[in-house]
Amino acid sequence: MTFAESVSHGAILLGAIIGVVTYLTWVERKFSGRLQSRIGPYLVGRPHGWLQPIADALKLLSKEDITPAKTDRFLFNLAPIWVVVMSLLGFAFLPLTINWVLVNIDLGLLYFSAIGSLIVIGVFIAGWASNNKYALLSALRAAAQMVAYEVPLLLSLLVPAVLAGSLNFQDIILAQERIWFILFPVVGQISGITFLLAALAEGNRIPFDLSEAESELVAGFNIEYSGMKFAYFYLGEYVHLLAVSILVSILFLGGPLGPLLSGGVWIAFKTLIVFLIVLWIRWSFLRLRIDQMMMLNWKVLVPLTLGNLLLAGLWVSLSR
Amino acid sequence: MLSYINFLVFFCLVLLFAVGTLVLSKLVRYTDPSFNPVKVSTYECGEDPVGDARIRFPVSYYLIALIFVLFDVEAAFLFPWILSLSKLGLLAFIEMLIFLSILFLGWFYAFKKGDLKWERQ
Repeated sequence: MTFAESVSHGAILLGAIIGVVTYLTWVERKFSGRLQSRIGPYLVGRPHGWLQPIADALKLLSKEDITPAKTDRFLFNLAPIWVVVMSLLGFAFLPLTINWVLVNIDLGLLYFSAIGSLIVIGVFIAGWASNNKYALLSALRAAAQMVAYEVPLLLSLLVPAVLAGSLNFQDIILAQERIWFILFPVVGQISGITFLLAALAEGNRIPFDLSEAESELVAGFNIEYSGMKFAYFYLGEYVHLLAVSILVSILFLGGPLGPLLSGGVWIAFKTLIVFLIVLWIRWSFLRLRIDQMMMLNWKVLVPLTLGNLLLAGLWVSLSR
Repeated sequence: MLSYINFLVFFCLVLLFAVGTLVLSKLVRYTDPSFNPVKVSTYECGEDPVGDARIRFPVSYYLIALIFVLFDVEAAFLFPWILSLSKLGLLAFIEMLIFLSILFLGWFYAFKKGDLKWERQ
């Protein structure tokens, strides 16, 4: 790849992510509406409200930006940029068809999880720099939660890597030609479900959205933010969610593999299904208490994923 | 090596996007020229803010961070193990089993001591 090519490929990838994420908010609102017997947004871009995300983006872009006097200005401005950059960077390693991946390295999975775990720093910077009690409490919760769920997330992420014997995403996809890892007896199902749970908790989604508990912490670590900086936290959250959905479809559902249609169509379809499952979970469960959440992590998920990983290792070393 | 250049380029593009959009927003947004001390005060549900926000917080958060370090370092050991597992076979598995059971002893100790409980006296 020449330099011009790597710039254009990177720009295309970035544009595609932003476009898809913008429209995922529309999918989320429409689907949530249907789940609650509403029709969701419909006025902007009749009859289905398909211009709503663009209207939202323009609104957020032109909103007044208020920086409270007591904040630490440098960190306050750094935090949203940090969150967005770190959540976007992970995409560079994800293969979107069998052959197309921006950065194809053998340690793709390691890099992806390393960059994904840097998001929490941005969240904590936001809470600390805001100099607001709600923001600090929320950032503490978010940091504890993200850090704690990092462990089962990594341990369940490693099961497909063990089964494929590689940390390269393309190798993991090709290893699923015979059987998708979610259909792999016992280890596949356990790691798939625990991965989805841990990823929801890491992305601060319902039922683990303790850091954004409206009824107790008002809005969370982004409480003092307004305008585009506020939008950045949501952009980061949705980009992270999209990455998780793609990751589930790559690691467990065979990614671009599938009959008849091309790889890109299959991965998009599977990603959409995973995203809709996440939304379904969102509107079906209540928020957990923080002690319940920590108990679930340390006493259930960590031993379970650890044992599961060992089981997968035993399987691989025996079937050598 | 080429792949890493791709990553560097992508990083620059993402950074450009993140900063560029903020700059664009600065150019097009409405800015209130008047200064209002209430508007820029810290939000505390409409009350006057009380004291500093950098308050003390429960020690449980530190414990979580400590246990996290324990398990995350262990995960770092697992990465090379995965790659060599299919070559080394059962021997590598048994070695990792021993390592993880020692680690699990630590987990069990923390569990028995009640460090994994969120509320404490």
